Amino acid sequence: MAELHRSPLQGIVIEDHVIFTFTALCRASGADAAQLQAMVGEGLIEPTGTAGATPNGGDDPADWQFSGDALPRARTALRLARDLELGLSGAALVMDLMAEIESLRSRLRSR
Amino acid sequence: MEFKDYYAALGVERSATQDEIKRAYRKLARKYHPDVSKEPNAEARFKEVAEAHEALIDPERRAAYDDVAQRKASGQPFEPPPGWDSGFEFSGRGGGAMPGGQEADFSDFFESLFGRDRGHRGGREGVRRSGGNARAEQGSDHHAKVSIELLDSYRGARRTMSLRMPVVDAQGRATLQERQLEVAIPKGVREGQHLRLAGQGATGHGGGPAGDLYLEIQFMPHPLYRLDGRDVSFELPVSPWEAALGATVTAPTPEGPVQLGVPAGSAQGRKLRLKGKGLPGTPPGDLYAVLTIAVPAAASESQTAAYQALAQAFAAYDPRASLEA
Repeated sequence: MAELHRSPLQGIVIEDHVIFTFTALCRASGADAAQLQAMVGEGLIEPTGTAGATPNGGDDPADWQFSGDALPRARTALRLARDLELGLSGAALVMDLMAEIESLRSRLRSR
Repeated sequence: MEFKDYYAALGVERSATQDEIKRAYRKLARKYHPDVSKEPNAEARFKEVAEAHEALIDPERRAAYDDVAQRKASGQPFEPPPGWDSGFEFSGRGGGAMPGGQEADFSDFFESLFGRDRGHRGGREGVRRSGGNARAEQGSDHHAKVSIELLDSYRGARRTMSLRMPVVDAQGRATLQERQLEVAIPKGVREGQHLRLAGQGATGHGGGPAGDLYLEIQFMPHPLYRLDGRDVSFELPVSPWEAALGATVTAPTPEGPVQLGVPAGSAQGRKLRLKGKGLPGTPPGDLYAVLTIAVPAAASESQTAAYQALAQAFAAYDPRASLEA
């Protein structure tokens, strides 16, 4: 089925236009619910809000919402954890340090 | 099929212990992991290392591999076991697509020896053998990468890519199917952003909807322009007299050459901003010309004389004044 669509497929830039629910982020990242909750606990990804009013003050993961950039962050954390045999806290540390190196590099470039 | 030397990939002896193999893998994984490494070809190198580790760390697989390697060393041609090309994988060969990081994408050689869906990496999402009592279930999401040119983001573009994806038939058998997709690259997309193509992931089961396809945007390196988010910069060489006296020079931009005023008294590294000429968006990025001062060598008597006149006129100027304690 090598069909070629006549008009190109239109994608959405997730970082700009997508809000993930907790379950949608699980699906898209391949993380299970416990891993995703652990990532929130490590501050790797942060819920940006909750869907509607919640009786328990937004603590229920089912109500969490995430901005689009949570998906690449969650996937990077999973890859690091798997390939380098790290815990999620180790992956979080690696990602913080990489971000710091990146900002130092861009400061070097702009001097 | 290409024979893979897994011991060489990890840089260990054939007699290495399992501990030595593990240590070699960990060291190389830290060095080449594509999420942390700036080494050239880190991604390809990491794949080799991960595949070698996967093959050798399991004693049964290692024994099978050693057997094949020994037969090859004794001159017998390497022949894969029958049926080696059945099964499935998800990888975007050809086109601009590369497999995402989540899916183990080992070589044909590996899979001919050990099968396609073995291994604790278990990253082969997407195929569930649902048998007869399938309930409606959404297909899984897939991830791939697509490389674009800087201009594609300035103008928007279409990219045709081919993806090989596992598709499960009614009997629960998985087959690889190649799909051609033509994707619209939205104007203003930035390095590292992701496109979601709804319904272009794995087919659903039992009447469930298809999953989504996520494409990570990568920019092919450009010889002139560097990217920082929406901002774009390039180096603009000017002569010493253009920098000192000011000049109007022709500067390249991704959208074509422009006339750019260099203010008198510009120093090396001065940034001239072309507001709104970076990547499009709300707001658009800026384009920066970063001045570098090119100093020509004196090639004739009159040019030498010109430098000497300059030296006399600036007799009091000490470029190293700031070095004095």
